[in-house]
Amino acid sequence: MKQRPLAVRRIVIGALVVALVAALAFVALRTGPLAPIKVTVNSVQEGKLSPAIFGIGTVEARRSWMVGPTVAGRVLSVRVDVGDVVKAGQLLAEMDPVDLDQRLAALDAALARASSTQAAAQAQVADAMARRELAAINAKRNQDLAAQNFISPGALESRLQERASADAALQAAQANLSGTAQDITRQKAERAALQQQRGNVRLLAPADGVVTSRDAEAGSTVVAGQPVLRLIDPASLWVRMRVDQGRSAGLAPGLKARIVLRSQPRTPLQGQVARVELLADAVTEERIAQIAFATALTPATTPAATASVGELAEVELQLPETATALLLPNASIQRLQGQTGVWRLSEGKPAFTPVRLGVSSLDGRVQVLDGLKAGDSVVVYSQKALTEGARVQVVDALVKTAAGGAP
Amino acid sequence: MISLAGRDIAHSWSKFVLTGIGLGLLIGVTLTMAGVYRGMVDDAHALLNNSGADLWVVQKDTQGPYAESSSLKDDVVRSVRGMPGVAQAANVTYFTMQVQGGDGDDTRAMVVGIESGQSGEPGYLVAGRQITRGHYEAVADVKTGFALGERIRIRRHDYTVVGLTQRMVSSGGDPMVFIALKDAQEAQFLKDNDAIQNDRTRTATNPAFNRPGVPGLLDAVQALQTSSHSVNAVLVQLAPGFGAEQVAEPIRRWKHLQVFTRAGMEEILVAKLIATSAKQIGMFLVILAIVSAAIVAFIIYTMTLGKIREIAVLKLIGTRNITIASMILQQALGLGLIGFIVGKVAATIWAPVFPKFVLLLTQDAFTGLIVTLVICALASTLAIRTALKVDPAAAIG
Repeated sequence: MKQRPLAVRRIVIGALVVALVAALAFVALRTGPLAPIKVTVNSVQEGKLSPAIFGIGTVEARRSWMVGPTVAGRVLSVRVDVGDVVKAGQLLAEMDPVDLDQRLAALDAALARASSTQAAAQAQVADAMARRELAAINAKRNQDLAAQNFISPGALESRLQERASADAALQAAQANLSGTAQDITRQKAERAALQQQRGNVRLLAPADGVVTSRDAEAGSTVVAGQPVLRLIDPASLWVRMRVDQGRSAGLAPGLKARIVLRSQPRTPLQGQVARVELLADAVTEERIAQIAFATALTPATTPAATASVGELAEVELQLPETATALLLPNASIQRLQGQTGVWRLSEGKPAFTPVRLGVSSLDGRVQVLDGLKAGDSVVVYSQKALTEGARVQVVDALVKTAAGGAP
Repeated sequence: MISLAGRDIAHSWSKFVLTGIGLGLLIGVTLTMAGVYRGMVDDAHALLNNSGADLWVVQKDTQGPYAESSSLKDDVVRSVRGMPGVAQAANVTYFTMQVQGGDGDDTRAMVVGIESGQSGEPGYLVAGRQITRGHYEAVADVKTGFALGERIRIRRHDYTVVGLTQRMVSSGGDPMVFIALKDAQEAQFLKDNDAIQNDRTRTATNPAFNRPGVPGLLDAVQALQTSSHSVNAVLVQLAPGFGAEQVAEPIRRWKHLQVFTRAGMEEILVAKLIATSAKQIGMFLVILAIVSAAIVAFIIYTMTLGKIREIAVLKLIGTRNITIASMILQQALGLGLIGFIVGKVAATIWAPVFPKFVLLLTQDAFTGLIVTLVICALASTLAIRTALKVDPAAAIG
């Protein structure tokens, strides 16, 4: 009777010892340096991918105007405000003409005076002509008398001189008359110039547009070229897009674009590349392209989808689909000692295989140009950095939420 | 010959096992504390490993980018690329901040700005993909708790988590969030809107910048204030055949920048950055080890004292001293062994629950095992002395 409980105890103790040793063995092999690294693998497959270019930009107006005076002056009145739709030629603002009106009045007076002078000159011409006629008749008569020797040659010469003087006086009067006419022309031109200047202080809309800013108020002084108002053509909005130079391969005018405005992240807009600028930004290492909206963003056409100038936009340009090639997820690409490659599983052990990569798509797939063949098993995810020949355990997924794959 | 120790244990095994488990939990705490210390050092190493760099180029006379702040212009990388022995050089920014998850909760994370396809990029992922867009995508460490596809907020921009990685931590143990360099530059130096407005007004009221005769000057000055072209460090990978110091020296000398090799960076991180907190933990570990040793000794001593009557009986029936001594020693060692196994298993089970990384090294476990057995043996000598001094008459009396 005493043996039974002892045997039971021994079994229990033995079981406990076995359990403890098993737990230790499990702990030693499943954690720490002896544990295998959990990885997921993917077999290399052929496929096509549609690469895309992603960039961000700001909404800008293709056509914008800064309306301001050409000479320094004081603003007299501003007739429009931000948001007003203006027509070409509409009066937007007026500069203080200061003395221009007075100078016009002075010129008008001068013109009137020039007309009077002209009338006087005409009268003088008439007078000179009358004198010349008289002198000519006298000279003629004296010549006849001199021919019959009724008068002395001296008397005749005196008459002839009178005629010549009358001729000269007429010429002088005529010159004086044309001088007054020229004077009038000059005065008129001066007046026209002043009139132009007077008109120039009226700031008119150069084209149809919308006022975007009102930079000066009545009474403020502005220098030549400083804007009083700014206008844009709302139908000419486009996105000035900046793309990382390293990812801009294939950027060309005409590419279809998907534009997401920051204000409307749920409703992407369509567009296309209107222009690719020749000058790239050397400091930010970006290229610049302009993306036009497919439908003009004016309040009239699309009230819901208006963009404000300066708004941030994300642009995705779709490039043509590539030819069939081997594809890999970019998570499997590793860089080891300056070499790009992947961990290929050969006989259950990872081996670093250098590869040459082609284009990649935004969803994270990369073309493999050489280094692998279809059907090779390649490590995609790993718990830690792999080393050559490390012990690995292939699992379906490392993180539960990873089942959905890349977004 | 029957095992006296085994018989004795079998006699009161439940008590023995419970004592062993209690002891084990104590040893488990000690092992965990060692793990916390190791984890701390390993966090620093993980930071260096993950950057994938051989050299760190930072601002002159600083010990950046981890221990001190360092600021370089982002075109410095180009001149570094031209130095002999440099295979790859990449800009990187580090910035510890609160990152807001999709559910609105803040997570403390180190935001790392990387150039994709260059060193600094997370070396391995556990889910998702690497960053492919130049903006507004992020790869996060799983410790941040972010899920794939989650929208996280860094400053004023929303980022989509496209990939998850593991063991990417700062030297302080904060999980990392990787974003594109340009985004990171902006996030690092971008002020909030109120501050920007204030700055604009301040500049506009400065007559030096707002001159009536020079339209456009104010705009230019304000644009200058908000743009940022700074990074914290340049990570350099060496070309094959070049020594670290051989490449570092010309950069130091001719580019007037501070360059750290891996050894130098480890020195900074381990010996300077985490030195105090590591010492703190180390001190605690020493005290814990001493306390554990004392408790183990007392347990064995009291266990023997509890059996003093039985030992007296053994002596009375003429058992040799060596037999009694070996019984006590065997029991002590057995207790130590059980305690160690329980402790090791317990530490392994609860280590992943810790918010910061706890690294249980096999060599630490071995050291722990040996120390436990030695302490048990030492403690048993005390018990043996008492047991041998027992008067056999005590069995009767």
